[in-house]
Amino acid sequence: MRARLAADIGGTFTDVVLESPAGRDTAKVLTTAAPEAGVLEGVRRVLAAAGLPPSEVSVFVHGTTLATNALIERKGARTAFVTTEGMRDILEMGYEKRFEQYDVYMERPRPLVPRPLRFTVPGRRDGRGRVLRELDEAAVRAVGERVRAERVAAVAIGFMHAYAWPEHEQRAAEILRAQLPPDVTICLSSEVCPEIREYERFSTTCANAYVRPMMQGYLLRLRAELDALGMACPLLLMMSGGGLTTLEIAARFPVRLVESGPAGGALLSSWIARERALERVLSFDMGGTTAKICLIDQGEPERARTFEVARAYRNVKGSGLPVRVPVIEMVEIGAGGGSIARVDRMQRITVGPDSAGADPGPASYRRGGSEATVTDADLALGRIDPERFADGTLALDPAAAERALATQVGVPLALEGPWPAAGVSEIVEENMANAARVHAIERGRVIGRYTMIAFGGGAPLHAGRLAEKLGVRRVVVPEGASVGSAIGFLRAPVSFQVVRSHRATLSGFDAGVVNGLLEQCAATAAAVVRRAVPEGDLTIGRVVDVRYIGQGHELQLALPDDALRTEDARRLRAQFEKLYGSIYGVTMPDQDIEFVTWSVTVSAPSESPLPAKPVQKHTAPPPRSERDVYEPALGRMVAFAVYQRDDLEPGSELAGPALIEEGQTTTVVPASFTLFVDGAGYLVMESRDE
Amino acid sequence: MNDALKRIHMQVMWNRLIAVVEEQAQALLHTAFGAITREAGDLSAGVYDTGGRMLAQAVTGTPGHVNTMAAAVRHFLDRYPITTMRPGDVFVTNDPWFGTGHLFDFVMVTPVFRDERPVGLFASTCHTPDVGGVGFSAEARSVYEEGICVPHLRLREQGAIDEKVFAIIMANSRNPIEARGDLLSLIACNDVGAARLADMMREFDLDSIDELARHILDTSREATREAIRRVPRGSYRTAMTLDGYESPIELRARLDIGDGEITVDFAGSSPLSARGINSPRCYTEAYSVFGLKCIIAPAIPNNAGSLEPFRVLVEDGTCVAPLRPAPVTARHVIGQMLPDLMFGALAQALDGRVPAESAGSIWVLPMAGQRAQGKPFNVLNVGLGGTGARPGKDGLNTTAFPSGVGVVPVEITENESPLVFWVKEYLPDSGGAGEFRGGLGQRIEIGNSDPAPFTVGAGTFDRLRNPAAGRSGGRPGRHGAARLGSGAVLATKAVHTVPSGDRIVLELPGGGGVGDPARRTRARIDADLAAGLVSVDGAARDYGAARTGAPGA
Repeated sequence: MRARLAADIGGTFTDVVLESPAGRDTAKVLTTAAPEAGVLEGVRRVLAAAGLPPSEVSVFVHGTTLATNALIERKGARTAFVTTEGMRDILEMGYEKRFEQYDVYMERPRPLVPRPLRFTVPGRRDGRGRVLRELDEAAVRAVGERVRAERVAAVAIGFMHAYAWPEHEQRAAEILRAQLPPDVTICLSSEVCPEIREYERFSTTCANAYVRPMMQGYLLRLRAELDALGMACPLLLMMSGGGLTTLEIAARFPVRLVESGPAGGALLSSWIARERALERVLSFDMGGTTAKICLIDQGEPERARTFEVARAYRNVKGSGLPVRVPVIEMVEIGAGGGSIARVDRMQRITVGPDSAGADPGPASYRRGGSEATVTDADLALGRIDPERFADGTLALDPAAAERALATQVGVPLALEGPWPAAGVSEIVEENMANAARVHAIERGRVIGRYTMIAFGGGAPLHAGRLAEKLGVRRVVVPEGASVGSAIGFLRAPVSFQVVRSHRATLSGFDAGVVNGLLEQCAATAAAVVRRAVPEGDLTIGRVVDVRYIGQGHELQLALPDDALRTEDARRLRAQFEKLYGSIYGVTMPDQDIEFVTWSVTVSAPSESPLPAKPVQKHTAPPPRSERDVYEPALGRMVAFAVYQRDDLEPGSELAGPALIEEGQTTTVVPASFTLFVDGAGYLVMESRDE
Repeated sequence: MNDALKRIHMQVMWNRLIAVVEEQAQALLHTAFGAITREAGDLSAGVYDTGGRMLAQAVTGTPGHVNTMAAAVRHFLDRYPITTMRPGDVFVTNDPWFGTGHLFDFVMVTPVFRDERPVGLFASTCHTPDVGGVGFSAEARSVYEEGICVPHLRLREQGAIDEKVFAIIMANSRNPIEARGDLLSLIACNDVGAARLADMMREFDLDSIDELARHILDTSREATREAIRRVPRGSYRTAMTLDGYESPIELRARLDIGDGEITVDFAGSSPLSARGINSPRCYTEAYSVFGLKCIIAPAIPNNAGSLEPFRVLVEDGTCVAPLRPAPVTARHVIGQMLPDLMFGALAQALDGRVPAESAGSIWVLPMAGQRAQGKPFNVLNVGLGGTGARPGKDGLNTTAFPSGVGVVPVEITENESPLVFWVKEYLPDSGGAGEFRGGLGQRIEIGNSDPAPFTVGAGTFDRLRNPAAGRSGGRPGRHGAARLGSGAVLATKAVHTVPSGDRIVLELPGGGGVGDPARRTRARIDADLAAGLVSVDGAARDYGAARTGAPGA
């Protein structure tokens, strides 16, 4: 019983990975309308390939974009929202600001619950928790009648200041529960997202209610299918924060699954970082539509508590719905293989964020697409072998790629030969580099010191050039790069995070109150983890968000493991100032600081990686062939040696310029890099520049 | 290097500069102290060539800052020629006439050097919580009452900060530590920008960015001229009335659209207001050009090149070009109405392509008072009305235009004070009727949960008597209103006291409608009725519509 199974449902493909002592088997199948069908198809395939019966699987880890897609396509449940009297429109008013200054035609994000399904009831606390008006229970009952008549499938409840005082919400839920049919879901803001800032809390709660009936149904069907298959092992779900949880908790808080796929990718990079003892890793995941960049320090990805889902306007911040859940902090930009290239009014090449997707896809797919894309540029520049794309299942047409590039970019800019494609490639790489730099500066990091880990179908093609632009000196392309997220699922710990808002100034710090709150959070989180891992040690990580009073952005500090004492507050101040100074270059010694939000994460440790076997380096066997490929650092086409990844034994060493081809991607080794294959079969590129 | 590659590099570097100023703005956003800066992005950041021409500006920021900063750097260079600047120097001012139009915004300028030679400048600004004087209100009768004014000074000389300047500013602020913090944040964000520019110059092996600057400015200028050429040439006049402080304000403008250039002439606009709602020339220019660019060339990035084809003529000593010592703190009351004024002129040239008028200037809500126990409180929030309907689309409900500022969360304000927002909801029937309806305003009711009075500054409450006009047959939005819960109307822009146990009731103005209301589709009317955005009576009155849909809650 040592085989472990993972499945990642994406928009286009469902990736399934089986790892057993005998090795790894992977399957990529098209995502199906009833998603469990695709998962089961993939599962059957990998089991057949490994020659194992379903009963040999010891754990099944699953991540999915289903919740995200339901939010993007607005295909969730008919949901009602019950809130405090006078606050009916908070959910729709949002930040009350335009996210695009100059576009007078822009639209604000549409709320998940339309106004006719938003109801209010009297009952009010102020910012210190004093009850100014008791909950009007008769009014709750009257709303309950109307909600029942509306035949909704879900109800979200969000009252002012419920992040700290949940009693009114709990009482209202009790009343509604008694009135509504048992299959109607009820979600409380004090349970889904107990954090200050009413719009974000309400938005998160409504998103949870909106996707819950569908997610609950899907998860239960999948469980039944697995049982029928004879796979009795636990089913664990990947959360956007990078932890695993049980089916039961996932069905209660499905909004926590929104970014599970990208989280899996970041976990893969974190694992590799620990395996290689890499202190600073830049995780670079490039697929068909977007690129994701994440910083991993000391083997741990950075976490955040807010995410914007379903951005409706050119991926612009503010055009989506905020959800405040634990997520792995990453920047996602509209730069993938399918991203469309155009020329704007100022004769500038633009790439993305819109994508040709898989259908019709890039011009070179010859499936009716006429738009020039990044994949077309890669083909025109010689990086992709048209006969071997996607395991050779899809023959690409270089002439169609060149025609599209000439029409959309070459003619408007009077560029010929390789130059339209070179321009598109350079701009998309520059966009990714800029996003990575801005992401790093927001965190006070120096990006040139990082090692890049590249995976996803598009990343190995562009990682070398991106590394040159960022001054990154080492790039690792792991095995199984094209199903990286699913592999990452198998590296995740079982964990759960509980977050509470509780403001305390340094000068008024009361250790007793804070210790009580932290213990309560830890007990809640541990109970969740115990359902999946009944025995063994648990680790507890505690952090607090701190800021100068008057500032709006907090920095996160780790708390000591023991109960806090009054002196600890002063130590935290010193830590805060040190961190603040390192990021922003200045500190404000006279300004009091305040603690804002407290988070406790309880984890059952995942397996520790074993260090890679050392290998003796030796010259790689001669390349299979040679072809002309554009080398941006030299600004011309150059002869690249072409290797097959399967031909390269651990220890093989070679120098750029070269291409390393494998089933679903190609690694471009720029002239300024050398490459060797390490003990685990990973491709490691190193810069030759001093 | 061949020509094609060079052209690709120019584009890459242009993109890079835009990313660099975004990094600069983000660094500022994360460290600034004022709630308005951090929650609402009331800040700006940009990069300039050694001639003081703005090359790129961060997307994060407000139009009022953007275009004023474009001019501000040149004023610094007049005072401190680039040849007298040294590595490590930083310059500062908050002079309304040389900065962004009021004392609250400190502008910080940092020269960048490569091998000891100046190659460019970075500038940034943000709204600091307090600079002394009467505070954020329109009450002052001269700029001398509005707070401390720091002339163009060298704040850091070759790396050494002049603590005397800090000491003077801090001694004049009610929030001295925050003021110092904001100044340090401005310095630090410029340093971030400077370091990135140096990286880029190393990477592309550049000694100067002059050629890049020429490319950016020429391309943007020509694209803007080309966009202007698509507007029918001619001379278009327009006017608009605001409530004003002591008497109504008449704004008049003539738009002369020539061959790839536009001149705006404010001749005939009202004289100076006695109170601080006057809009200094730089701010007037900023919002006029912003309004024109929104319609004519929205996608062209802001820089000295894209601003060049616009010329703004004002008469000194009027409410759109006050001279020192006129009071200017609440300059946005007039300034933020100017895009609507420009739309009024442009609509004559571009019929059917211009939105109706919006609620316009944001209502700033400075609220202060005593607590039952503990220190007095002093908080700032904003009240936002509806935007004008767009041809083909309804207006946006409760959304700032032209300002890019957003609202501070109610729970944050209630945490920082004993105030309670009893109501914050859409105001039915406030959007101007039309084929496309104006955006709704909102009703806000605020009380003190402690048994004590509190004050509200009404200096920025306009459109109480002059609603946002409709366009092409659309009706005006509803005018705003301000009163106490107990009934008394707050008719002036003064600072008002809300007695213990009472509430302030605000009704924010709605946006104007576009097109004849009779042409509004039945489906849209029914949707508005079902959502309760339009009442049954309102639908009957404005659209002649009988009740069909279910009324809202």
